Amino acid sequence: MSERALMEGSAAMAESAVRAGCRFYAGYPITPSTEILEYMSVRLPEVGGTCMNAESEIEAIGMVWGAAGCGVRSMIASTGQGISLMQESFAELANAQIPIVAVNMCRGQADYFQATRGGGHGDYRFIVLAPASAQEAVDLAQLAFHLADEWRNPVMIMGDFLLSHTSELVEFPAAAFPEPSAKPWAVTGANGRRGITLSPLGPPEKLSTDIAAALGAATAKHAAIRAAEARAETAHLDDAELVVVAFGFPGRFARYAVRLARERGLRVGFVRPISLWPFPRDVIATAAQRARAVAVFELNAGQMIEDVELAVRGRVPVHAIGGISHDHSGFGVGPLLNVDYILERIEAVYAA
Amino acid sequence: MSHLEKVFETTDLLLRTEHSLCPGCGEPVALRTILELIGELGLRERTICVAGIGCYTAFPMIMDVDVLQALHGRAPSVATGVKRVRPDAFVFTMQGDGDMVSEGLQEVLHAAARGEKFTAVVFNNAVFGETGGHMTATTVLGQHTKTTIGGRDRERHGNPIRIAELIAQLDGSAYVARAAVHTPSGIKLARQYLHDAFRTQLDGKGFSLVEILTMCPTDWFVPPDQGPAFLERNLVPIYPLGVIKQ
Repeated sequence: MSERALMEGSAAMAESAVRAGCRFYAGYPITPSTEILEYMSVRLPEVGGTCMNAESEIEAIGMVWGAAGCGVRSMIASTGQGISLMQESFAELANAQIPIVAVNMCRGQADYFQATRGGGHGDYRFIVLAPASAQEAVDLAQLAFHLADEWRNPVMIMGDFLLSHTSELVEFPAAAFPEPSAKPWAVTGANGRRGITLSPLGPPEKLSTDIAAALGAATAKHAAIRAAEARAETAHLDDAELVVVAFGFPGRFARYAVRLARERGLRVGFVRPISLWPFPRDVIATAAQRARAVAVFELNAGQMIEDVELAVRGRVPVHAIGGISHDHSGFGVGPLLNVDYILERIEAVYAA
Repeated sequence: MSHLEKVFETTDLLLRTEHSLCPGCGEPVALRTILELIGELGLRERTICVAGIGCYTAFPMIMDVDVLQALHGRAPSVATGVKRVRPDAFVFTMQGDGDMVSEGLQEVLHAAARGEKFTAVVFNNAVFGETGGHMTATTVLGQHTKTTIGGRDRERHGNPIRIAELIAQLDGSAYVARAAVHTPSGIKLARQYLHDAFRTQLDGKGFSLVEILTMCPTDWFVPPDQGPAFLERNLVPIYPLGVIKQ
């Protein structure tokens, strides 16, 4: 049975995680992600789960590693600075193929590279989902746990200050995905079987030293994930001469600016990548075949624009129409997050 | 043909293969003692070991129990996650002095303070063995390592940390002891302390820690047969053996 509620994006996402079966959370307070920790500290004990007040982000991700390694759906949240501290574990969780869901309530949109390239070592990738609203946060939290288990790969949900702190009406769907399948890879105690080792350093089988095979298995799925899991919202691409690309909550501002531009008779289209990795390359490449330019709005010095350029492959010019923009708090609701400003930049690029 | 009587065999939980440890290393006998106890206490099917990073990272593949491999320094937080979601599991960590006392000191202090109900085992040989003989936080004053060529000096390199005494101060620790495996009687005591630590966990009493002084003749730069004497002469005076808290 579905259910409706007025909730902040952070609490809505946390509630959705619990409904997706999340039973372990460990966190360290940091703005603007703290509300997830607050929510989980109350909510998880109600359903027999555990919320830990970790003494550092490094210990928080260690605790999540332990719980997830036992096969329990587990989540962690922080903001970019705290996420930086977790990168060593992120890399090795992916190598060990331990599914977790990590949330970055980013300051501005400065952590696109951190999320999609990773700050850790080795060949790992995280699936990265970027909700634009509290409702999408609810939906993507469900999807995130499903994808993490299906691919045995960590999934990151990338939000921001506005997503975390804006109250919106949300609907919690009835069971969005089937129950997760069995997890024979999890450490449970060697009951009726030979022991296993769940490790980023080598294979699960005892007496085996085939490290290359283990690391190969952890990365061989990347191509299949790229093919299956790219997601984007699009609008007005059929006749678009200019394609505007934006992600996350600021994507809603860009989408509205595109609508205003069309009311003024400009043939402008819109793409909002919902998955940042895998990046919806084909959607953008197809749109760019018809357009004469692409404009990227993001609240950073220019990060996603590199993925857009990789998709466009030089066929048309790609313009940056965003930038670094903060208020005095540094949390990223700066002057550039303004529909009039975005519209002005769209018109300028369109006229060029 | 005389009659042969079997007077000793190792536990089935120790899988047989070739190994890469040095002659005279103290860690294998410590591992064997742990696995024998797990077998005797009937804990194999609910054991989850959380392993750190050091020479002993070679052990998980020869231990017939479930092992979760952690990062360097991070075993206590990982074991916390395990024990919290699987309270019926028997959980122990296996770290070296570099792993626990250098890289991950904060982790073990917090786990002990929270009274996490797992058993932490630290193999202390007062040196980074796997990297080839470098100073750790437990290297004793005067000890020669590749990064304290003239011997660890108080002014230049600081003082060694007695991890067991530090943990014993914290309210969440229920059992703390230090043993050494350089003599047969030492191994017997190590076995007793490990047993008592395991019982502390099984009785739900809180955090337990056993520090085991182990020989590392390779990185102490002495012949293998002189490891035990080196340990007795240099480590035992700084790290006294016995039960510290129970």
